[in-house]
Amino acid sequence: MGFEGIGASVRRKEDARFLNGRGNYTDDINRPGQLHAYVKRSDRAHATINGIDTAAAAATAGVVAVFTGPDMAAENIGGLPCGWQIHNKDGSPMAEPPHPVIAVGKVRHVGDPVAVVIAETKQQAKDAAELLSIDYTDLPAVATMAAALASGAATVHDDAPGNVCYDWHIGDKAIVDGVFANANKVVRLDLTNNRLIPNAMEPRAAVGDYDVNSGDYTLYTTSQNPHVIRLLMGAFVLHIPENKLRVVAPDVGGGFGSKIYHYAEEAIVTWAAAKVRRPVKWTAERTESFMSDAHGRDHVSTAEMAIDAQGTFLGLRVATQANMGAYLSTFAPCVPTYLYATLLAGTYKTPVIYCEVKAVFTNTVPVDAYRGAGRPEATFLLERLVDAVAYDTGIDRVEIRRRNFIPADAFPYQTPVALEYDSGDYQTTLAVALTNADWAGFEARRTEAKARGKLRGIGISTYLEACGIAPSAVVGSLGARAGLYEVANIRVHPTGSVTVFTGTHSHGQGHETTLAQLVVEQLGVPFDQVEVVHGDTAKIPFGMGTYGSRSLAVGGSAMVKAMDKIIAKGKKIAAHMMEASVEDIEFANNTFTVAGTDKSKTLTDISLCAYVPHNYPIDELEPGLEETAFYDPKNFTFPGGCHIGEVEIDPETGVVHVVNFTAVDDVGRVVNPMIVEGQVQGGIAQGIGQALLEAAIYDDNGQLMSGSMMDYTMPRADNLPNFSVATENTMCTHNPLGSKGCGEVGAIGSPPAVINAICDALKDYGVRHMNMPATSGKIWSIIHAGSSKMAAN
Amino acid sequence: MPQVTLTVNGKQHTVEVENRTLLVEVLREKLALTGTHVGCDTSQCGACVVHVDGVSAKSCTMLAVQANGTSVLTIEGLAAADGTLHPMQEMFREHHALQCGFCTPGMVMSAIDLVNNYPGGITEQEIRDGLEGNLCRCTGYHNIVKAIAAAHPLMHGKA
Repeated sequence: MGFEGIGASVRRKEDARFLNGRGNYTDDINRPGQLHAYVKRSDRAHATINGIDTAAAAATAGVVAVFTGPDMAAENIGGLPCGWQIHNKDGSPMAEPPHPVIAVGKVRHVGDPVAVVIAETKQQAKDAAELLSIDYTDLPAVATMAAALASGAATVHDDAPGNVCYDWHIGDKAIVDGVFANANKVVRLDLTNNRLIPNAMEPRAAVGDYDVNSGDYTLYTTSQNPHVIRLLMGAFVLHIPENKLRVVAPDVGGGFGSKIYHYAEEAIVTWAAAKVRRPVKWTAERTESFMSDAHGRDHVSTAEMAIDAQGTFLGLRVATQANMGAYLSTFAPCVPTYLYATLLAGTYKTPVIYCEVKAVFTNTVPVDAYRGAGRPEATFLLERLVDAVAYDTGIDRVEIRRRNFIPADAFPYQTPVALEYDSGDYQTTLAVALTNADWAGFEARRTEAKARGKLRGIGISTYLEACGIAPSAVVGSLGARAGLYEVANIRVHPTGSVTVFTGTHSHGQGHETTLAQLVVEQLGVPFDQVEVVHGDTAKIPFGMGTYGSRSLAVGGSAMVKAMDKIIAKGKKIAAHMMEASVEDIEFANNTFTVAGTDKSKTLTDISLCAYVPHNYPIDELEPGLEETAFYDPKNFTFPGGCHIGEVEIDPETGVVHVVNFTAVDDVGRVVNPMIVEGQVQGGIAQGIGQALLEAAIYDDNGQLMSGSMMDYTMPRADNLPNFSVATENTMCTHNPLGSKGCGEVGAIGSPPAVINAICDALKDYGVRHMNMPATSGKIWSIIHAGSSKMAAN
Repeated sequence: MPQVTLTVNGKQHTVEVENRTLLVEVLREKLALTGTHVGCDTSQCGACVVHVDGVSAKSCTMLAVQANGTSVLTIEGLAAADGTLHPMQEMFREHHALQCGFCTPGMVMSAIDLVNNYPGGITEQEIRDGLEGNLCRCTGYHNIVKAIAAAHPLMHGKA
């Protein structure tokens, strides 16, 4: 069998069902008597709704009901809530316009729901929806932040004049301006971070069910966090008390953040099921996902670094505009503020930092967290700016980073942007990455490529990120409306097997395997006798879900605490059974022993005794062996590392081929190395996708031009190389596992490594910066414009 | 309404369909074989790949009536009756070539067809090019390529 505790690359339990087509995804779920819902969506970006004539649709064969926004409003259905409140520079709260489940009075983006048709079959619902007659008056659309902020621009929400949601900052502007005024040199960079569409392979789906007899509601949904959905939908939207609402997130086919949020369709099917007294099922079509799943990123920034003559970073000043889209999605306001600006120290000891962020409403799909959530934006800005400093000063790109690194003996390190890092060793991850990527041998490779007529470049990114979301009081003070602890209930059964009920929710991360490994490690229970249960609010006490690389750092730590309690209780039982004092009981390898003797009892002996408490300290201890722990982390965790991308460009086509990609990441304690590699590989693929291929594109009328997988370039196997992935870990000092999390680092460190490599490849063409995606057309234009310039010289 | 007769995983079925019904809808909704997935609506993603008469086909881009009289193999029909996995399934597990599992049925079926077409051997580039019709958002393809390369000798009897 081999070792199956912490550190083992145990093969996954969940593969058995996935490989045989026996996964249980939401669209696989069919409830007896179910109806199908089709959501009619706005085909225009900005318009008033003068009226909706539903008569023809309602009269169509198979149609059971047609509902619009006013139907929901008439029953006091609440709007979709926002979970984080940001304050302006002057202390006033952000604009928080209503977000109705189905549009009322106005549509604000292509894809905005305007009605729902419920019919016996999906096709009937879809056909009937074409008969809805909607009377719109078009309004001018503001499809970009620039258009939305222009004077006289159309207003997306009356509550947000000038289309500004908030104008926030962090840092002391006067101090930073003073440093800049006295600096030897200021390096400035204007850059964007391209809007992305997460496109998990499983489209969103929801099935609402209502038990007429008990009054219980059940929602099956593609969610990363079923308890959060129960809380938000129950308390704020449908006004259903928690004990009457069960939310089940079964197998979920990828999320990357896009399945965190409470979406309209969840509320629609749950509410409608009670209205029509039959289950109601909805599944997105992919083009529907494009216009209804939260998008990611979409920043425009100006970044400035003040430096001295040696290239020491004296101060950083950043101004960012962040697109919120047409409505505030659940976590949106915190992404470009507390998950972004607080990361602007990165791995560097820059002493002063000032960042201001203006969040803007536009007539586009709402934007919210997508793998990395704010940290890819911060890292791209910082690592491109550092390369610009190298470019402008002539200082070597690696040397400039080394000079400014936070040294390994400086931890805990308090940054000027709120975060205090616990541990890290950036010199080591850099050194190992340089070796693994054969940085030293690159110039020879560049020369060899040139002989073949190709342009080779190499780029480096030394990043740090903050995850293991999050200490509740800290985020509460910053505007979060939720706690971010995690919950584990560990149940030892009478015959010694264990069930873990966790509030996290794996959607690809392999928790059924990795969390079981924690039990093998700490309780010594065999791997095949540990079961991990997640995703059902009826089974699990509470939880905040899986995102922000938190499941191991926070959820795993909750499990450790619960197992500590199990062991503590077990020791008392063992002491009684073995007639020893509890101080003399030791526990290791599934066994309680009396120190210095050969008297022992296994955990199974103890658990059987706990459930059949005959020879048992019944006056001091309740029967049973089950413990719950709620773990609130003391701080964020701080993975970091070094990514190196090597590209080869064909000058005749501008196509970029990523020939090598090397990652060396510090993720703290590794439970399953195979799973960590998989997470990093997947993140890198998304990062390369952002750098080279992906962009959500709107025209000036707010039409989503990249509206399907034909037009939005998803990375394919032939766009990507093999990856060299390694870890060099320093332990997290403040959680019992020492784990920092690894789910997002791949997507955070990689985009600037690729763009830095492309700029390096094109340096003879005078390229100092390139925004993403670095498409072949963009590169071809630079090369061929540059060629005529060079030829002329 | 037309009737379609097809053999799926060795068992014959006759179902009533509309002209516009897709093969994937028959599999998922009429035959309760939900292992084959729908991930897109433009025939890009490959989550729906099955074998029709021994050759891979995107079941979302095939009408049920086109499948009349054919023999279809889905992910559910791959493993042996006693549960022994097909070498491709085994290698996907061994090499961690799946995470969320949603693309996996189509990926495995495509991969089997790909390896079938290269009896003499297959290079990494041929594998990557051959997977153009299958999207995965989780793995970055690195381990999928490894798994397919490892399955090749097992499938062509050279283990």
